Amino acid sequence: MKSLAELKAIRESMQGQIGLRSEDDDTTKIVVGMATCGIAAGARPVLNELVKDVNEKGLKNVVVEQTGCIGMCEYEPIVEVFEPGKDKVTYVRMTADKADEVIEKHIIGGKPIADFTLSKVDI
Amino acid sequence: MFHTYVLVCGGTGCDSNHSGEVIETFKSKIKEAGLEDEVQVVATGCQGLCAKGPIVVVHPGAVYYQEITPAKAAVIVDEHIVKGRVVDKYRLTEETADESGSLSINDSNFYKQQVRIALRNCGLINPEDIREYIGTGGYEALGKVLTEMTPDEVIQVILDSGLRGRGGAGFPTGKKWKFASGNRGKVQKYVCCNADEGDPGAFMDRSVLEGDPHSVLEAMAIAGYAIGADQGYIYVRAEYPIAVKRLKIAIKQAEEYGLLGDNIFDSGFNFRIELRLGAGAFVCGEETALMTSIEGNRGEPHPRPPFPAVKGLFQSPTILNNVETYANIPEIINKGAEWFSSMGTETSKGTKVFALGGKVNNTGLVEIPMGTTLREVIEDIGGGVANGKKFKAAQTGGPSGGCIPYTYYDIPIDYENLKSIGCMMGSGGLIVMDEDTCMVDIAKFFLEFTVSESCGKCTACRIGTRRMLEILTKITEGKGEMEDLDKLEYLAKYVQANSLCGLGQTAPNPVLSTLRYFRDEYVAHIKEKRCPAGVCKALLRYEIDPDKCKGCTLCARNCPVNAISGEVKKPHVINTAVCIKCGACMDNCRFGAITRK
Repeated sequence: MKSLAELKAIRESMQGQIGLRSEDDDTTKIVVGMATCGIAAGARPVLNELVKDVNEKGLKNVVVEQTGCIGMCEYEPIVEVFEPGKDKVTYVRMTADKADEVIEKHIIGGKPIADFTLSKVDI
Repeated sequence: MFHTYVLVCGGTGCDSNHSGEVIETFKSKIKEAGLEDEVQVVATGCQGLCAKGPIVVVHPGAVYYQEITPAKAAVIVDEHIVKGRVVDKYRLTEETADESGSLSINDSNFYKQQVRIALRNCGLINPEDIREYIGTGGYEALGKVLTEMTPDEVIQVILDSGLRGRGGAGFPTGKKWKFASGNRGKVQKYVCCNADEGDPGAFMDRSVLEGDPHSVLEAMAIAGYAIGADQGYIYVRAEYPIAVKRLKIAIKQAEEYGLLGDNIFDSGFNFRIELRLGAGAFVCGEETALMTSIEGNRGEPHPRPPFPAVKGLFQSPTILNNVETYANIPEIINKGAEWFSSMGTETSKGTKVFALGGKVNNTGLVEIPMGTTLREVIEDIGGGVANGKKFKAAQTGGPSGGCIPYTYYDIPIDYENLKSIGCMMGSGGLIVMDEDTCMVDIAKFFLEFTVSESCGKCTACRIGTRRMLEILTKITEGKGEMEDLDKLEYLAKYVQANSLCGLGQTAPNPVLSTLRYFRDEYVAHIKEKRCPAGVCKALLRYEIDPDKCKGCTLCARNCPVNAISGEVKKPHVINTAVCIKCGACMDNCRFGAITRK
């Protein structure tokens, strides 16, 4: 080990692993429905894409969690975003590409994507 | 890329509850589900709540599971890991304070009052992976010290923090370092770590070594830089196989990363650490005996002065600190002296780790700010005395400490307060005793320990403690006389004043403190030939109430020594001359006819 910068580089690279294990109140949660219905509809690639994005972009205070079936199996894969102090946003019929967009526009940009929410999907 | 982490406690407590098999089950089940690239299983150090072990924590979400078996692990994989459904029935049962149904353990009574500094990484990281330690900011304190601070500045920070030795005596750590700091670079010096944790029931240091070994290595290197030493020794007992294994791995990894060895952080500072295994002699926790043992000689103490800071290991200036003391150092460097000294009381800063044991619900490892009261530790964090019994006393400091009676239940715990009531902080064993504990028996237990652990070098300790034990044995057998108490006190003070090292000087403490607070129990043993707690067997008598006895013969059939006789359907009697007082008759009687007096 020759410099602090070298040490900090290792720390950064571990941030995804260690950061996930310590949560506090200002953490944004992205929750993916991973019940049988969700998985069958393709929730796993969505989950993995979200995790990958959060890590690659080095997002602090953002965790990706799994949950069970919330009842609208028809609309799986469902992803919900809980930001501290804001209303939750529910995205339906997600794909890996849509996940990228959610990270980019909503989590980083701060603007929920109305087009992916339940209200905009034909029932 | 992993999205889920399964942290399984791999500390000694959980390991002995088969957490190794649980880890294997998690790994194989996760592989079966094809998720081995998405879910990581991590064996961590102690989570603290040993009573509910093996503990498993699933992140994200920090969902705590208790008492996990391989079968339950399989269910958790199927339900929680694969389907995202938390398995409520395996969750930690303690009520969380958060009404919103928070899954976070940090809201539970056990954790919410704790402040984890020395234990900051225990249960959070994989102790066998240096990258995880670095990921929490590890070795940044060493980097900061080597690149930005002078050795004297480092010592000043430690002095300002108010950190005191966590091994028991509470000597200011900064002062110790300062004493050893002269002639930097001109003489050989050593940095030693005392990991010879010997108090019965204490496991703080073991847990730090098992859960976060790098914090100790980093702190030792910082200490080496501060005093001008290039060699460190960790004296750890061989009875801690997991700690030894993880230390070896940690040292090897630190060397590979250039965090130990030559020219660390390109600063020209060299530092190496070697392990020395102790054979488990209690006296080797005493500093001069410990260093004699590292030198390869029989572990016996020698008089001070000269103090180790002047003439220690191999006749060179040496500092010796305890594991927990070291574990605090990197955080103090990173966050500053002011941050550390903002916690605690006037004279005792920071936090203290206690191994909570005995008759308490949440047996385990807790770290609390100095100044927390005994009541808070036992009632809130510890979940109260086990089985709804009444609190009688708490023992701190092991064989060198004393008992705290209920009168002082609300005393804020710090070095001075404990000393003022004839007790001591000690290394951190905290044993809770309920109304069924006989205080004479407790004093005898600790004295038996010191008698067998006395190294025998000085007469006061070798013979004095033995004579004291004989008197105590006599009292517990109902043969004591009132003048025995005076003899006991005289001997205790003599041994205290005339023993060579800390072992003998503190050995009488359990006797003196029980005599001080529970003298009536001693008197009951002597005058009434009665053990109020019903522990001392020689003083017990089992009797059958002839009015209640139905003559069912159950007691007679269960008596292992045939001490009970009587005809069927007629009251039975116990022959007290034969009775061994095992209590089997009382346990088996269906009519409550047998009493213990």
